[in-house]
Amino acid sequence: MIELKNVSIVFGQGTVNENKALNNINLKVKEGDFITIIGSNGAGKSTLFNTIAGTYVPSEGQIFANDKNVTRDPEYKRAKYIGRIFQNPLLGTAGNMSLEDNMTITHKKGMKWLRRSLNSKTREMFRQQLVQLKMGLEYRMKENLVMFSGGQRQALTLLMMVLSKPSLILLDEHTAALDPKNAEIVLELTNKFISEYHLTAMMITHNMTHAIEFGNRLLMMDGGEIIFDIEGEEKKALTVEKLIQKFHELRHKTFENDRTLLAED
Amino acid sequence: MIEGIFVEGLIYGIMVLGVFISFRILDFPDLTVDGSFPLGAALMVQCLLLGMNGWLALLVAFAGGVLAGVVTALIHNHLRVPNLLAGILTMTMLYSINIRILGNRANVPILDQSTILKQVTEKFTGIIPDDYILLVFFVIVALVVKVLLDLFFRTDLGMTMGAMGNNEQMVISQGVNPKTLKTIGVGLSNGLVAISGAFAAQYLGFADVGLGQGIIVSGLASVMIGEFLVLKSNRIGVLTLCALAGSVCFYAVMYVGRFYGYVIHMTPSDLNLIKGVLIIALLIATQAKKLKVPFKVAK
Repeated sequence: MIELKNVSIVFGQGTVNENKALNNINLKVKEGDFITIIGSNGAGKSTLFNTIAGTYVPSEGQIFANDKNVTRDPEYKRAKYIGRIFQNPLLGTAGNMSLEDNMTITHKKGMKWLRRSLNSKTREMFRQQLVQLKMGLEYRMKENLVMFSGGQRQALTLLMMVLSKPSLILLDEHTAALDPKNAEIVLELTNKFISEYHLTAMMITHNMTHAIEFGNRLLMMDGGEIIFDIEGEEKKALTVEKLIQKFHELRHKTFENDRTLLAED
Repeated sequence: MIEGIFVEGLIYGIMVLGVFISFRILDFPDLTVDGSFPLGAALMVQCLLLGMNGWLALLVAFAGGVLAGVVTALIHNHLRVPNLLAGILTMTMLYSINIRILGNRANVPILDQSTILKQVTEKFTGIIPDDYILLVFFVIVALVVKVLLDLFFRTDLGMTMGAMGNNEQMVISQGVNPKTLKTIGVGLSNGLVAISGAFAAQYLGFADVGLGQGIIVSGLASVMIGEFLVLKSNRIGVLTLCALAGSVCFYAVMYVGRFYGYVIHMTPSDLNLIKGVLIIALLIATQAKKLKVPFKVAK
């Protein structure tokens, strides 16, 4: 699937502000993995995602997708097989366009040409897909997305991304900007889609309970390194207390300051 | 007189449609327009002088405009030059190129050449009252361009372009290179501007290298008037119609200013000031309109 070999990212190389955001990361994402990622602010979680997605080019190291070296591939090329959802629910959809137009653009990846694929057949297909969200959006297909709530837009982004069948999805705290109720709905949908469509996923979260509850594998990051990588039965046995203890053991730093950031719920 | 206003408004309306594409749909403030408008005029005149068919000359003008737009997009995309500066660079270079096309002259008249407008007038004399032939012709031309654009922006490619102007990240996430879309869009926009310039040259009877001076401001003002006329809509058919209507309104104001401005001691050179003031007034009016609509900002 996706493999990172000795990947480092250095910002402002050679200046006084030099900052190693990722330090020699080695990571192999297997097909069907659902990985949750935790770590305090500045741990390098988002940088890791940006590197996998192609927004940042690694200062060192290589990235492989299905055994192909994609280290230098631009973001738009990798987007054909990597789906990504951001914290900002507005980034996934075009607000000044209607729901059906948005779905037309996103239901297939890759360059678009002079075809018009929005017709009664695709419209019906979109309608059926929208039913899965249970938000009544299937009756609002001609409305502009600015009229929709952040939760609805994020749920849509999720659905549209799933429809395009990516081999890996990156979820960067995609529920953090939503109100608790919507966050829960979107998270449930995420879990449902990942298991139903057998997706390979990575999810950054600030919520340790979620990190433990969801997925089959958990990564903990600190200072640009993956300090803890656990999966399977071992992960199932985790508790919030054990995680905090583990962090302390590994880093000899107190986690207390971070308890506010890593919400336990 | 009234048909003159409409004809002028519709000829420049094609340019306004081009400006609408770059400024509003692509969110790419493109100043190439000031160069591609006289480029279209120069190509038209020179092709006619070479004895080319008028419609073929129009095609050449369109191709020239597309090329100019593509150059701007390439400068912006590959040299990471801000879009405004990229447009200014092309526009500046086009000034020299336009003079070259006109055979090292700043102004070239069309004398006996058979322009499209002359052919049309000849064909329809007697069928339609003389004064209205050009009006009918340009209504048809403008509508054809408008409908073709509407169709284009309803295709997958056109829709994706619209999405890019709204949210570039979304387009990247779809595996589409926004640079390609910008190149196509800015090219198309300048192609239309050049067609407008080509018609203007035939209507005026000459091509002048200074024809494009400040044309971008006129185009933008027209787009803004059009937006002001109609309630907010996201239907492409309505938006393009607004752009055309805005153009007619704007050129009507300019027409009145040119012919009756002397009453308040206005000279033609004051028109640029009027254009600028008009844009500022529209901006203020739009701001006031927006403030009434509560806006939800999500982070």
